[in-house]
Amino acid sequence: MERRCLDAKYKGVSTGTTILAAIFDGGVVIGSDSRASIGGEYVSSKTINKVIQVHDRIFCCMAGSLADAQAVLKAAKFHLSFHSVQMESSPLVIAAATVLKELCYQNKDELQAGFLTAGWDRKKGPQIYVASLGGMLLEQSVTIGGSGSTYIYGYVDAKYRPNMSREECLQFATNALALAMGRDNVSGGVAHLVVITESGAEHVVVPGDKLPKFHDE
Amino acid sequence: MATLTNALIEGDANKVGCSLPSARKTGTTICGVVFKDGVVLGADTRATEGMVVADKNCSKIHYISPNIYCCGAGTAADTEMTTQLISSNLELHSLSTGRLPRVATANRMLKQMLFRYQGYIGAALVLGGVDCNGPHLYSIYPHGSTDKLPYVTMGIKLFNVYLTVLIFGLKSSPDHFRSGSLAAMAVFEDRYKPDMEEEQAKQLVRDAIAAGIFNDLGSGSNIDLCVINKSKVDYLRPHDEANKKGVRTGDYKYKRGTTGVLTKVVAPLDLEVVEETIQTMDTS
Repeated sequence: MERRCLDAKYKGVSTGTTILAAIFDGGVVIGSDSRASIGGEYVSSKTINKVIQVHDRIFCCMAGSLADAQAVLKAAKFHLSFHSVQMESSPLVIAAATVLKELCYQNKDELQAGFLTAGWDRKKGPQIYVASLGGMLLEQSVTIGGSGSTYIYGYVDAKYRPNMSREECLQFATNALALAMGRDNVSGGVAHLVVITESGAEHVVVPGDKLPKFHDE
Repeated sequence: MATLTNALIEGDANKVGCSLPSARKTGTTICGVVFKDGVVLGADTRATEGMVVADKNCSKIHYISPNIYCCGAGTAADTEMTTQLISSNLELHSLSTGRLPRVATANRMLKQMLFRYQGYIGAALVLGGVDCNGPHLYSIYPHGSTDKLPYVTMGIKLFNVYLTVLIFGLKSSPDHFRSGSLAAMAVFEDRYKPDMEEEQAKQLVRDAIAAGIFNDLGSGSNIDLCVINKSKVDYLRPHDEANKKGVRTGDYKYKRGTTGVLTKVVAPLDLEVVEETIQTMDTS
């Protein structure tokens, strides 16, 4: 019986991705690319949406093994909706992030998936949490993740300002995703962005040809 | 534990230089496309055991429910048993709900089972069907991830390409070539259009599978199609016999009368009965 892909860096289909989230004045922008690859060689899907809605104003981005991420997010969605029924109110963003963190930490030996959680709640307004591979939970005002993120650390550090306007933040996120997709082979496709504010969530899709170009000949 | 012992035995066998018999794989070309009124699924019909063709006309399109069919690539036993299990559970579920089963339900059942087994069940599936919400097509990978797309191709050798780089030298993994799914995907990327007519979609799937059959050593023989509409299912097996066995032009047998008979001698053998024994059989 041949050994399974446990020897490979990622199990099966990986999201090998670029994901980011940034807080602006009054809300938060969360975004990702749309490519899923196998072994870094074959693009198994050009159009997957890695920004998943787990509740009305809470979205998650997944990175890592696609199978693990899908399974964890389905479980998290169920936990959150049950929790919100019990509490008789919308869940807090930190509750969503903690649910994901618990799943990642308790199963850290078997899972290979990390998540970004972003949303808006009445208590603390817009927030972003990182639930990483091993189960660390961290709150940040701007964060990037996935294999493509290594190429845009400099850009994000230089260009992010707190209290940007919604348009500025959308432009910042689109630029960052475009730069990462331009350099990372396992990130690409379209840019999926979600803008979450008190009034709701809006999904913005930027197709590949409409992405900003940076010296691309 | 059984699995641990097997791993040790395989390890010892490889040290001596023997390789254990490889599982029969369908390493294969399967694909599916959503057209205007439904879904067309296609598959080749070759099953391989290492470098030998084990079955020249195996059926890779499995029945899940009257409105849902599933193509399977990978270890033949895994795809067969997984689809039969989910088909059985889905029938019970459908009796319980009193409704025609939905493709999303079959997808959820399959992905949860494959994820539970963490990729050890080598089944890569293309699931398609028509339900109350229209036509749907899913691709399901052995580790349990799924994709809902308008056109999909699948093959199992893909994983082994990456594996052979790391596990180079293991005699039981001979797969150095890509699966036919890449060839099939090339055809799809060129000619797929949304909302095709049925004949156009059938031709497209047939061409995609043919590309896989003629460009991949792990795929071959005939092309099976399954067209699923809201009202009917056409299980076309075979749809296209792309590789008919040739007719021999010559024959090594000589016809009666080719050699002239000069003399004929008949010698009867006189045998006498020496001993007769009776052995009773207990048939109670």
